[in-house]
This record gives sequence, structure tokens and C-alpha cells, in this order.
Amino acid sequence: MNLVWLGLIFLAVITAALRGTMPEVSAAAFKSAGTAVTLSLGLIGAMALFLGLMRVAQDAGLVQALARALRPLFKWIFPDVPADHPALGAIALNMGANMLGLGDAATPMGLKAMQDLQQLNGESETATNAMCTFLALNSSSVQLVPAMVIGLRAAAGSRNPSEIIIAAILATTCSTIVAVLSAKLLARLPYFKKSRPRAKESSSC
Amino acid sequence: MLKDLLSAASNWVVPLLLLGIPLYAFTVRRVKVYESFIEGAKEGFWIGVKIIPYLVGILVAIGMFRASGAMDLLVAGLRPLTGLFGFPAEALPVALLRPLSGSGTLGLISDVFQTAGPDSFVGRLVSVIEGSTETTFYVLAVYFGSVAVRKSRHALPASLLGDLTGVVAAFIVCRLLF
Repeated sequence: MNLVWLGLIFLAVITAALRGTMPEVSAAAFKSAGTAVTLSLGLIGAMALFLGLMRVAQDAGLVQALARALRPLFKWIFPDVPADHPALGAIALNMGANMLGLGDAATPMGLKAMQDLQQLNGESETATNAMCTFLALNSSSVQLVPAMVIGLRAAAGSRNPSEIIIAAILATTCSTIVAVLSAKLLARLPYFKKSRPRAKESSSC
Repeated sequence: MLKDLLSAASNWVVPLLLLGIPLYAFTVRRVKVYESFIEGAKEGFWIGVKIIPYLVGILVAIGMFRASGAMDLLVAGLRPLTGLFGFPAEALPVALLRPLSGSGTLGLISDVFQTAGPDSFVGRLVSVIEGSTETTFYVLAVYFGSVAVRKSRHALPASLLGDLTGVVAAFIVCRLLF
């Protein structure tokens, strides 16, 4: 993350110096900082709402039932997470919300899942294999209906705005499979294996 | 038709969940639903507050990068390579911006729709790319930031491989279908 962050800023300032776009870059820095806070404030509302609802579902045993139903799949994707761990329930809800295109609901569940996964990681500042796989899964987009882009197409006067759904599902299936497989394969590289946190990750199964 | 059905469905999902889950919990499982909701909401609130600094950090870096015009240089550099495969030049900025900025990508897609039309090959291609990739850097910064994980190990390369696959798959699928 350090390299990515520094790299983006470094490239921005160098390019701005060469192309004379420094005023824009300076303005963008302040504007983005403001946007980040506005975005977070909106997110706080969604976080409270959906994690509140999720707690109700948890207390009623619904989340656990969902996680149990998906156990065979999760056992393969997240072998390091104990089968009855709350993280799996949150992951299931996050994937479900993502598939339905409910971005507002998906982020709170995803962040909750990360909190639960971090619990297995102790106080470590290094991501576990399960966290990396979950992130790859999440950032490969598993949505079945790209509602946003369908709306844009309709607004632009497309004859058939939703004709791209099948193509998008095919493409996103490929990207999800590759993201998860590469997360699992990269974890075996000596370079990444070495940095694997020791903590209490390797429990039960 | 399908679109109306889908948008109707997505309008109903959240209200029905907000009613159905607490109703089931209260009547069948005797859960104190309001107290339970507040407990979860408290946790959500704090996670929301905790991620603000991480969000500021990543969005400022991405904002500066976009404003500097470095993206245009990257596009110009990659264009000869992607041209070899017949990948449309107009779709390249969309594919490159996608992992960085969701709203920026939607802006670029609107531009493509304005100039080439949503039903053109490139219009369909950028639509599919949007649907098969994610704002990886944002997800990485916020998700790992919320638990103070600093060393992300192979999460970024794996995610970017997923994004690259999404773009390549979108191109191939569009070629075959449209």
C-alpha cells in the first residue's frame, strides 16, 4: 500500500511539473479530501443501518444458517477460517449484496467480514491468506446485474439497455475465478508465504 | 421489460429485508429486535468513522493522479500494444481508470455513449467492462484500512489480475456475442 500511495502521488507531481497541470493537481488534492469525508459520512449511515439489520439476523440465527449452507464452498475458498466463524456469515451476506448490485449494503457487510477475519489474525498488521482471498473476491465484482451501467445506457438512448447482462455475467465469472485462483496460487509463492502472519490463523481445519 | 423487472426487484429488496428479518426474529426467535439493531448499528458507526482517514489518503492520491494528466500518458503508451489485439482505443481509458475510480469510470462511459452511442461495439464493450471489474484500489484501502492492516501481501496483484481478466474476458465475450 505504501508503494501504491507514494507512486500515485509521485507520478501525479512529476507529470504535473512536466505538463503544467500543477494548479489542477493542487485543487484536486483538497477536493478529493473533501469528497472522501462526504463519502464516509454517507457510508456511516449505511454501515449503521445494515450492520444493525445484520445483528438482528444474527441473533435470529439466520446468518449462521446461510453460512452453513455455503460451507462446502467456503471450506475450499477460505480453508483457514473455522467453519462456525462469524466471518463466513458476513462474507456470505457481502457476496449476496454484491451479486444483487446493492453496493450500499455490500460495503458494510464486507467491512464487518474484515473485522471478523482480523479477529483471527490477532493484532497483526499483515494480511492473512483469507483476507487476501476475500479482497480479491470482492474487487473482482461478482454482481449479476450491473444496474448502474444499464441505467446509463437507458439514459443515453440505447435500444436495449439490458442486452449486456449476459455478457457481463460471463466476463465477471471469469474475472472472479481468476482473482480467487490467483490469490490462492500467489499465496504459495515463497515471497508471499514468508510474510504470512503467524498469529492463530492455522486453527482447526 | 427485463430492466423494469430488475429495477422493481431492487427497489423491493431492501424494504422487504428491513421488515422480514426483524419480523421473523421477533415473532419466531423472540429476539429483542430494537436493542439488537442498535448494538449492530453502534458497531457499524464506529467502523464508518474509523475508515475516514484511509479514505482521505487513497482518494487524495487518486484525485491528484487523475488531475495531473498522467492517465493520458499511460493511455498513449499502452495504445499501440492494445491496438495489436484490435482492442478499441476509446475503451482503453475506461479499462485503466476502472480500478482507481468508480465515478470517474462512469463519466468516461457516458462520454463513450455520447460519441459512439451505447449500442456501438465500443459502447457495449465499456458497459461489460464496468460490470466485470471493480474499484480495486478503493476496496483495498478501505477494507484493509478498517482493520489497520498495512502489509497487503498478494491481495493487490491477485485483484489486479482479476481486473485484467475482466477486461480481456469482456473483450472476447463482446466479440463473440455482438
